[in-house]
Amino acid sequence: MNFQKTLKATLLGASLAVIAATGASAKTLVYCSEGSPEGFDTALYTAGTTFDASSKPLYNRLVEFKRGTTEVLPGLAESWEVSEDGLEYTFNLRKGVKFHTTSFFTPSRDFNADDVVFSFERQLKKDHPWHEYTPGTAWEYFNGMSMPDLIKEIVKVDDHTVKFVLNRPEAPMIANLAMDFASIVSAEYADSLASAGTKEQFNQQPVGTGPFAFVGYQKDAVIRYGAHADYWNGKEKIDNLIFAITPDAAVRLQKLKAGECHVMPYPAPADIADIRADSNLTLMEQQGLNVGYLAYNTKVAPFDKKEVRKALNHAVNKQAILDAVFQGSGQAAKNPIPPTMWSYNEATEDDDYNPDLAKEMLAAAGVENLSMKVWAMPVQRPYNPNARRMAEVIQADFAKVGVNVEIVSYEWGEYLSRSKDVDRDGAVLLGWTGDNGDPDNFLAVLLGCDGVGGSNRAQWCNDDFEALIQKAKTVTDKAERTKLYEEAQAVFKDEAPWATIAHSVVFMPMSSKVTGYVMDPLGGHWFDGVDIAE
Amino acid sequence: MSETSPAAKADTTKLEAESRSATKAQLAEFWYYFSQNKGAVAGLVVFVLLVLMAVFAAFIAPHNPDFQYRDSFLVPPVWQEGGKAEFLLGTDAVGRDILSRLIYGAQFSLFIGVVVVTIALVGGITIGLVAGYMRGAVDTFIMRVMDIILAFPSLLLALVLVAILGPGLINAMIAIAIVLQPHFVRLTRAAVLAERSRDYVVAARVAGAGHIRLMFKTILPNCLAPLIVQATLSFSNAILDAAALGFLGMGAQPPTPEWGTMLAEAREFILRAWWVVTFPGLAILITVLAINLVGDGLRDALDPKLKRS
Amino acid sequence: MLRFLLGRLGLLIPTFFGVTLVAFSFIRLLPGDPLDLLAGERGIDPERKAELMAQMGFDKPLWQQYIDYVIGIFHGDLGTSFASKKPVLDEFLTLFPATAELALCAIILAVCLGIPAGIFAAVKRGTIADQAIMGTALVGYSMPIFWWGLLLIIFFSGILQWTPVSGRISLLYFFPQVTGFMLIDSLLSGEKGAFISAVRHLILPSIVLATIPLAVIARQTRSAMLEVLGEDYVRTARAKGLTPSSVIGLHALRNALIPVVTTIGLQVGVLLAGAILTETIFSWPGIGKWLVDSIARRDYFVVQGGLLLIAGIIMLVNLIVDVLYGLINPRIRHH
Repeated sequence: MNFQKTLKATLLGASLAVIAATGASAKTLVYCSEGSPEGFDTALYTAGTTFDASSKPLYNRLVEFKRGTTEVLPGLAESWEVSEDGLEYTFNLRKGVKFHTTSFFTPSRDFNADDVVFSFERQLKKDHPWHEYTPGTAWEYFNGMSMPDLIKEIVKVDDHTVKFVLNRPEAPMIANLAMDFASIVSAEYADSLASAGTKEQFNQQPVGTGPFAFVGYQKDAVIRYGAHADYWNGKEKIDNLIFAITPDAAVRLQKLKAGECHVMPYPAPADIADIRADSNLTLMEQQGLNVGYLAYNTKVAPFDKKEVRKALNHAVNKQAILDAVFQGSGQAAKNPIPPTMWSYNEATEDDDYNPDLAKEMLAAAGVENLSMKVWAMPVQRPYNPNARRMAEVIQADFAKVGVNVEIVSYEWGEYLSRSKDVDRDGAVLLGWTGDNGDPDNFLAVLLGCDGVGGSNRAQWCNDDFEALIQKAKTVTDKAERTKLYEEAQAVFKDEAPWATIAHSVVFMPMSSKVTGYVMDPLGGHWFDGVDIAE
Repeated sequence: MSETSPAAKADTTKLEAESRSATKAQLAEFWYYFSQNKGAVAGLVVFVLLVLMAVFAAFIAPHNPDFQYRDSFLVPPVWQEGGKAEFLLGTDAVGRDILSRLIYGAQFSLFIGVVVVTIALVGGITIGLVAGYMRGAVDTFIMRVMDIILAFPSLLLALVLVAILGPGLINAMIAIAIVLQPHFVRLTRAAVLAERSRDYVVAARVAGAGHIRLMFKTILPNCLAPLIVQATLSFSNAILDAAALGFLGMGAQPPTPEWGTMLAEAREFILRAWWVVTFPGLAILITVLAINLVGDGLRDALDPKLKRS
Repeated sequence: MLRFLLGRLGLLIPTFFGVTLVAFSFIRLLPGDPLDLLAGERGIDPERKAELMAQMGFDKPLWQQYIDYVIGIFHGDLGTSFASKKPVLDEFLTLFPATAELALCAIILAVCLGIPAGIFAAVKRGTIADQAIMGTALVGYSMPIFWWGLLLIIFFSGILQWTPVSGRISLLYFFPQVTGFMLIDSLLSGEKGAFISAVRHLILPSIVLATIPLAVIARQTRSAMLEVLGEDYVRTARAKGLTPSSVIGLHALRNALIPVVTTIGLQVGVLLAGAILTETIFSWPGIGKWLVDSIARRDYFVVQGGLLLIAGIIMLVNLIVDVLYGLINPRIRHH
């Protein structure tokens, strides 16, 4: 494959306004992405695939996560002050930040406070002319984070100072502003589209301040970006960034091997060994911030007895699941939170695989000829690459201890809502991916009493556990919180409302020519700072 | 209404007796033409073997199709390096013997074919007879409904129907039967229209035969030939469509060893374990090919004018 | 002729309304909804959900939703995709050329190979060549094409690396979409090698999609030829001493092609169904994959509009075939 040569010829021929490259030395990085973005105005959406294609390459936020961490750094705001009552956040904006100059828009001014106010007010104010600029507009993330209740107003103090006034104090406010929905868009571009009567283009031909500028999108096929020549943080080393949309994991790998792309996300677990063996490829890996579990219904007999749940936990052969389902891309879970999270209880002892013990325990609990349902979701999730296969393995394991399993499944939306029923028949396979790294985000949401009939799929409400996590919510001292959460995990393990199955490992295969790629603990894909060898 | 004169009764009896001896002659003629077609005979042999394989799966299959050999994940076929003698065609991702799963899978494919064709045939013939016999508004309404069904690509319609009914083997079969039956309706109706003015039908009607009797006992047997050919075609189509639905994750659900579902499950191993992808597809191809060969033979034998193959 | 045409059109109207009704009811029968799916494990606040459903018009009485929908159709408004927030018709029009290009290449391949193969087999009736062609055709006709596609990928893209794995053109080429047909656009762009690249990307998907129509056309052509060759006027022509090739070319072929034209028309439905599988396997950005994805996402208006548009295309093609058939064969008009 004469990749480089054709590349040069093509780029010389192409007349791309934004690509400032001189052609002969243009570097192109192709990313085989897993799906199509829904649009390019990030705040309208909630899907990671859309964020990868919009907020990450195209936009900046007032504050940014440091690459590869959840630590917050200055972004478009150089600094900020918080008032003593915690209700006012004042941001001092960076000067001289340029928006993208593209074939469809030439900015006449630098980034300023108007852009910040516009970016948030359109989401906040129901009467804002851009609140519903395209049919079906919904600011889902903004709403999901309860921002409309939280933010009272956004004030432009001067061209380079913006003040957020809140209704109540909110400790994670700064971190929230580093999230995708808080991306800063261009108010000037919005005005020019409004006067041209083509507002819907705002979502299709985006303009931002980010490291890459939008060049073009062919639906369901290719997205093209060019390096932003005047990027405030310095021009990127690669000149062109291309997303080749390739939903099938096997096909993505084929293309990676053939040199048709340089980086791919979500390899099939089956291919990991093969990728490792390929000297032309590099495999990066990172522990996912997630957990996959089997939740018994603790409100329904005989699963209301903890002995029965414990017995079944001893019947699950996690190693077989890791081999057959995760193909090595997972690690056995013993706690309901992943080991990368603070307060993870190292001391917990897992229920080992012991069918004989399981049989004895079931007999001791007076359970004979047990028949049960195991729910398996129909879709692939980050914490469970193949729920049906996992259910089959569990079915075979349970058969060995005399428990007959019927596997049931529903359409994914149905699955989610039916599994919430308090009198649900059967144990359900599900999981969780964290969004902010706090144990409360796992323990309270998934196992708290408020979650019964909702996100608490075990329908488990334990007084000791509840008291511990409630207390941990109010305490500010991290060491004390850690202790409380560790205790809560011990209670959880003893009561066994779930069989904790596994935490997945996230893999990123890439060509060994690629350098500088950093994996994001929150699961995004960033291409700033990435380079590719000739 | 249904009172018949003795003379007319005698007439019908005579007619029936004649038609019975004619049937025997027809069968002999049919077999003569059918056996002329070597492909059809070969197809029939393969098909019979498949049926035997399905019926005696429990005795033939070397392993339990659902048993997971935990130390033998993705073992290649016996002739390839790393293969094991006990797994002739290798094992799948959870260590199940592929050969055994294929043998049991024959049950599902044939079952799908039989059920779908039965539903489509019975439904299609009844509706078609009613349409052709009643004519008028009923006919127009039925035929417009059939046009609507035929206006969608069959697989797409089946896909939506399964999405509504919920993924699964039974629902997939219902969906496929629904999309296949308009062909039977159209054929039956056309045949009825052609036959209803023929002498023997007029005679039976004059003799006072009731509507139901006229439809099912007098007219229907005379339009069987094209229906039988269509039924064979539908049999193979049903197997293909069910496999396609299984492949798209909407058909039989794992761990059912249905061939299309096996293929769907195997897709992620396309680069790593060719055998989990290749064999289920081959099984589908062989089965469908055998049935189509038989179908060609049937057509030639039933309608020698149409010598197509 | 005009009466014939009007009659056919008259039949289309009730069918069309039936199709709208079917598409309309289907999405209301589908279990689950796009909002739950999008929210995933996190869930969505019931109030917020009701608000969003109302935004899509799902709070109105059913009859009114249907009337709005039908009125919308006549204004060219099929609603907005829930996922992309773009009008369904726009999405369809962007993706349709990809499917059309693939389907056209497939049907051209099928016709160009199928008709000569059928004629050859008919002329050489009973020979080994005839049996080989018809045997191959039957294998093609029996092929599970989703598996066939995977095999071709393993062999030609994986082992031999002759063809690209997926997509419509190499990513190195970038030019504006003028017609949406990559073959034409790549020529218009004037870029060296672009056309070749587009062709290379089309080869495998076209072969896969052409497989069944090719087999059907070859079989149909052969049997039609055999029938015509047996008829009186051909025998007369032969007796007059015309060469075999002119007999075939002038007399037999024209008459034999009449049923073949119908067969080709009927293959459009087959092609669109096949496109669903082919596009899924080759990540081809066309309407087949779009619809399958939208069904999975419960993207209501896309499913509703997509079903209608596809049914519309099939009805239109069937009408054209009917009319063509009427033109070639005047006898049919009086039936």
